Amino acid sequence: MQPSQDKTQLRFLTCGSVDDGKSTLIGRLLYDTGCLFEDQISSLRCESERKNADGRLDFSLVMDGLLAEREQGITIDVAYRYFETKNRKFIVADAPGHEQYTRNMATGASNSEAAVVLTDARNGLLAQTARHTYIAALMGIRHIALAVNKMDLVGWSRDIFDKISNDYEGIIKKLEPDSGELFVTCIPLSALEGDNVFARGDAAPWYRGPTLAEYLETVEPGDVTAGIKPGPFRMPVQWVNRPNANFRGYSGAITGGTIRARDEIIILPSGQKNTVQSIIVSGQERSAAERGEAVTISVTEETDISRGDFLSDPRDVPDVTDHFRAAIIWMSEDKLLPGREYVMKISNRTAPAAVTEIRGRMNVLTLSMEPAKTLAKNEIGICNVKTQTPIVCEPYLKNRESGGFILMDRVTNDTVGAGMIRYSLRRASNVTWHSFEITKEARARLMGQTPRILWFTGLSGSGKSTMANLVDKKLFLMGRHSYVLDGDNVRHGLNKDLGFTEEDRVKNIHRVSEVAKLMVDAGLIVLAAFISPFQRDREFARSLFAPGEFIEVFVDTPLEVCERRDPKGLYKKARTGEIPNFTGINAPYERPDHPELIVNGNGSAEEEAERIVKFLENFGDCG
Amino acid sequence: MLSPNLKRLEDESIFILRETAAEFRNPALLYSIGKDSSVMLHLAMKAFYPSKPPFPLMHVDTGWKFKEMIAFRDATAHRLGLRLITHTNERAAADGINPFTHGSAIYTDIMKTEALRQAIERYGFDASIGGARRDEERSRAKERVFSHRSASHRWDPKRQRPELWNIYNARLGPGETMRVFPLSNWTEYDVWEYIAAEDIPVVPLYFARARPVVRRLGTWIMVDDERMKLGPDERPESRMVRFRTLGCYPLTGAVESSAADAREVLWELRQSRLSERQGRLIDSDQDGSMEKKKQEGYF
Repeated sequence: MQPSQDKTQLRFLTCGSVDDGKSTLIGRLLYDTGCLFEDQISSLRCESERKNADGRLDFSLVMDGLLAEREQGITIDVAYRYFETKNRKFIVADAPGHEQYTRNMATGASNSEAAVVLTDARNGLLAQTARHTYIAALMGIRHIALAVNKMDLVGWSRDIFDKISNDYEGIIKKLEPDSGELFVTCIPLSALEGDNVFARGDAAPWYRGPTLAEYLETVEPGDVTAGIKPGPFRMPVQWVNRPNANFRGYSGAITGGTIRARDEIIILPSGQKNTVQSIIVSGQERSAAERGEAVTISVTEETDISRGDFLSDPRDVPDVTDHFRAAIIWMSEDKLLPGREYVMKISNRTAPAAVTEIRGRMNVLTLSMEPAKTLAKNEIGICNVKTQTPIVCEPYLKNRESGGFILMDRVTNDTVGAGMIRYSLRRASNVTWHSFEITKEARARLMGQTPRILWFTGLSGSGKSTMANLVDKKLFLMGRHSYVLDGDNVRHGLNKDLGFTEEDRVKNIHRVSEVAKLMVDAGLIVLAAFISPFQRDREFARSLFAPGEFIEVFVDTPLEVCERRDPKGLYKKARTGEIPNFTGINAPYERPDHPELIVNGNGSAEEEAERIVKFLENFGDCG
Repeated sequence: MLSPNLKRLEDESIFILRETAAEFRNPALLYSIGKDSSVMLHLAMKAFYPSKPPFPLMHVDTGWKFKEMIAFRDATAHRLGLRLITHTNERAAADGINPFTHGSAIYTDIMKTEALRQAIERYGFDASIGGARRDEERSRAKERVFSHRSASHRWDPKRQRPELWNIYNARLGPGETMRVFPLSNWTEYDVWEYIAAEDIPVVPLYFARARPVVRRLGTWIMVDDERMKLGPDERPESRMVRFRTLGCYPLTGAVESSAADAREVLWELRQSRLSERQGRLIDSDQDGSMEKKKQEGYF
């Protein structure tokens, strides 16, 4: 074994049942690559002698780790094994093959890039070979080697091997429509004798393909997406790194694409944009980083980003959804029940989730779908899932990390299911999100409301601001996102350069209208309270909004009442001539012709505000 | 430059360390002072940079560690500016529990396993990060990265949670704790390659030097202080030895070696046909002994 600067890593799954000789095969790989140590070999020798009369090394003993397994002679859990050759380190997920242990195979497959499926040459292909291949493909493994074992027991018959290879092609063809293209290599071998495992041997001169070790050394690492293309940038935020106020760092593993300093990113689900300031990899600043790397990204703008938020390339964003279809492997003794709430974890985010419908259950023996009301342990179903809060995801076949999730039980805390997202069920949202920009509709959906502008017009002292603030409070308590724009917060800032001449009044209203438009674009319900005496200016404001968005509310309070109220003492000053151009006294007020709502400014403010909220809710339903 | 293999292991370990910091209220890094702990600490410094690791170092001190280990431990915590908590099973130490008179099994159970449980309870740690690797021993091959422990600190191999992708289930019931193993997928060879590539400081005991040793049970035991009880025929002799693992000095065997730095250790490992645990006297007590210790809460 030489040290190598270029040493790569391959994680692969082995599957097959007890009798296929899987443990023997892995024990052989470890032994032949010199990765079994002498003391392990001597203890193996001891145990082999105790078990076998002839004292031949029983490699399966290396693999069976837990006492219970060794006593029962079965494998009950995924075991991880390590060996290396000159150029590559291998991590073997050794998964049990019994039907009741589907969950363990799926577990082992979830972190594997290739699979070695074992079959016994004497038996040909069994239903379980198809089942193992199906699960490997379902979990996103593209590279599969069919190890036709025990060839020594069929006299290394080429006909038998060819028949098994052809039959296997048939199974692969059946799976590919669902799983995408699979790359398959069939290898005849004998784990017991060692032929075609590491050493070629001379038992099968007719076989020209790779030995198993050659195959493993050359198969391209990578899962469903890696190796095909790096894809767009993706990074779910794992940990917020803020050592001081000047460093806004977000740590996580990059699950797609590459990122460079000064790249623009979008933060989901909020939809805010930001720019990458610096990238830290391995404790050092770097100009770029790529898929698979654990990084810390600092951004230029102060933004609220927390664990579970998703950083993405703004030109190609994943789905933000709360309803999707997924394949689910059930792993718990307690059956999956539609409607029951579990805790879902995906991309560092957790959300309460429930299966709304089981569309079907996979019969892994016939590889066909059948109807089902529940899923029992080790069953695989196609389900619709609803989450209580939106998640960021994309199809598992597009990106393994963005599409895989687990379900946990609220009470036992056990991991009860694993899922692979097929697609989001909110098609409209999908179309919007893939149009490369965050639209008003998308923001509104996120806020769960219809953005509107309520334009309160009326005389000074008519109660516009009072009414707007009352409505604002009611909307807030209903969980709506709203904001009040009135003279008080506009005249002191945005429009403090404006006076009360007719020209300035027009400017005032135009600027306010533009600001309100931006706020409605942002998804808000805007409550604008301005005297806005001129019909023309109100019509200008209306023209900025989509039909149905602008709701003119005429606060109709008689002049005498307003003058009696005179909260700011303005009428008094106007009457004495101290204020020129005062609406209603020495400047005209044009009553709205067809306001959407007329509020009685002389009635109960509480009741009138309630009426406005009701109007808004009904109006929203129609719109 | 790290090889793609080491880079991938590093990225994975950093992810696990960050996940632990994010998911738990009060985690601690179990610092055993050995080479695996050195690597873990190096990874933690990288994972949270420019912040410091958001958890303290916790050392369970049996009182029988090599003197050089204790000196290295204190210097390391000081150099990195990290909080170090040490815990000893004081009651047992006062009772004079020691590896000579009580045997390795009882001694380990009381001074390590019980002491660790005490420390976790005293400081209320809900997650402890350990340096165990799956390649060390057979029963560890099936260990999870996030390994759940009951309120009585027991590990139930039949109730382990399935662990898919890198989505770790960190949920705990009342009184339950988690053991987290960021180096699960590293081999001894990876650890040394990484130490050499990154120039990570380790206790000098890992490198060959002339040391006073006696031959016991087929291995070399170092006479580290005057508490070492010698048999009538035992005469300490000076030999060029180094250690492949470090623990309590009376239970840790040395191997004869001339490897004076990490690169020479790597070269030696390539020639070696013995696994590292071979030097540990506690594993061979009985068949499946490590699994039994684990069920009781030993790492």
